Amino acid sequence: MNRTIVFYVILFLAAMVAPVVLYPFLLMELLCFALFASAFNLLLGYAGLLSFGHAAFFGMAAYISSILMRDYGWPIEFGLLASVLGSALLGLVFGWIAIRRSGIYFAMITLALAQAVYFLAVQGSGITGGDDGLHGVPRGNFFGLLDLSEPLILYYFVLGVFIGAFWLIQRIVHSPFGLILKAVRDNEPRAISLGYDVGHYKLLVFVLSAALAGLAGSLKSIVFQLASLSDVHWHTSGEVILMTLLGGMGTIFGPLVGAGIVVTFKHSLAQGILAESLPIVMGFLFVVCVLVFRRGVVGEVQAFLKSRSGNGIERDVPLEPPQPKVSMKRRR
Amino acid sequence: MDEIFGFPPQLLLAQIFMGLINGSFYAVLSLGLAVIFGLLRIINFSHGAMYMLGAFSAWFGLQYLGINYWLALILSPLAVGVFGLLIERTMLRRIRHVDHLYGLLLTFGIALILEGAFVHFFGVAGQRYPTPDALQGGINLGFMFLPYYRAWVIIASVVICLGTWLIIERTKIGAYLRAGTENPDMVQAFGINVPLMTSLTYGFGVALSAFAGVLAAPLVSVSPYMGSNLIIVVFAVVVIGGMGSLLGAVITGLALGVIEGLTKVFYSEAAGLVIFMIMIIVLLVRPAGLFGRPE
Repeated sequence: MNRTIVFYVILFLAAMVAPVVLYPFLLMELLCFALFASAFNLLLGYAGLLSFGHAAFFGMAAYISSILMRDYGWPIEFGLLASVLGSALLGLVFGWIAIRRSGIYFAMITLALAQAVYFLAVQGSGITGGDDGLHGVPRGNFFGLLDLSEPLILYYFVLGVFIGAFWLIQRIVHSPFGLILKAVRDNEPRAISLGYDVGHYKLLVFVLSAALAGLAGSLKSIVFQLASLSDVHWHTSGEVILMTLLGGMGTIFGPLVGAGIVVTFKHSLAQGILAESLPIVMGFLFVVCVLVFRRGVVGEVQAFLKSRSGNGIERDVPLEPPQPKVSMKRRR
Repeated sequence: MDEIFGFPPQLLLAQIFMGLINGSFYAVLSLGLAVIFGLLRIINFSHGAMYMLGAFSAWFGLQYLGINYWLALILSPLAVGVFGLLIERTMLRRIRHVDHLYGLLLTFGIALILEGAFVHFFGVAGQRYPTPDALQGGINLGFMFLPYYRAWVIIASVVICLGTWLIIERTKIGAYLRAGTENPDMVQAFGINVPLMTSLTYGFGVALSAFAGVLAAPLVSVSPYMGSNLIIVVFAVVVIGGMGSLLGAVITGLALGVIEGLTKVFYSEAAGLVIFMIMIIVLLVRPAGLFGRPE
């Protein structure tokens, strides 16, 4: 227990001094995507539901907060709130439709629904700005106190929001609700036979995940003062899956590590001759991950620590990678 | 009869016809997905990339090797099929025993690599593939002008779908395949080489996709992203049809193409959305899909 607290304190201190060493905007991008991946991991890692359409929530929230703050002059706190509510609502609709199927079908349905949202964003270029996106979103003041146009202040603001959301995810995972989710993930028929309304739990976690993904998208649009079509594109959905898979799904810190790796890759490639070959690198990471590395970085480290001393920091992940129940079984 | 629902019948028929062409591609692609799913239990996300590969290899063959359309119609699916076989052998086989969602993720990664590589070498701009000489021009049917090539696309697609269906439902190899879908271990115990059959099935599935790609090459511009936009719609088609029946996949594909074409007449803004809308309605009314068996 003590070790966990020490670990968190060190992490917090590192995040506090990080902008001295690293470019604040890189760190903020990292935090936004780490939050996005953590929200996604809540769904995939703990409930075993693979959504291929999370870009819809991320991008939708980015559009909502950009429009409200830029065109209607809403203050940032209400812009964030509205975009989170908007993406939660969208999540409710998506979830309500998609939880009727599971496994591979669930992935295909969420992908198709997100594509419909993308299509609407392209179609409604009068609102979304089409290919150009929405530029020049004002950052404003937080409660009239913090001037967010100052990069350092913005960084600490984003860090604060991130820590709050991360704490919430942590609470969800370790709550009775989170434990039921894991039961559904590991053995759905058993959870049903124990009297749990599985559909209800799936829907709730889907909405929570969508809302938090929306928070990430909205933060991203404020940091970069931009909401664009690429935020709703399926590439972004793929990216967040990769982050979670790479870091280790079903682990608390996996998505953070995965987001760190992917964002670093993106930035180091952006300058070199490999600039346009980012999809190749991402695809390659996907293939390597699935073939040899299914537990992800954090999952592997935890498994190593566990095998060595049986005293890891987090003990959420089983030794086998989480196996979402796919209802299409080979044998009956 | 001058008008149907306030629209001239010429326009309606022309759009139904255009819809049938899109529907042919949906049908061939979803058939390939269903064949692969039957034995491997994975959804092949790289199906769209294989379709692109088929079109690109036809274009490349014509441009640099002097391979004409008709030869490409045979050679491209063969080449892509062999490529698929290698992918199954080297990668998909290794994740057979883990959750099938990993298959989706792996093939997604392969699709990203293939598309990225083609963007790198050929750019995002589309390449033109000429219509073969024998199918130039068209015929005036009185109510509409019918280009020969478009008619050929529909005929070729329907023939290849029916052929596939006949092979699987009426031949001995097909019987092995269907048995393998039900219980691979038992089929293996009877002395059938199931791993080989699995490789061939995957190769055949992606070859179908490449065939569709060659058919599409003269109609659309051959570009790296031509497959990924299509494949998401095909996923929706597969969800609507359910993968329980091969013929069901073909019928669903054709029908949805026609519905999409008709939507262009009545409310063109919704044409890109209509298939997703139908998917939502089907999920609400009949979650297993029109031809699917309940889970």
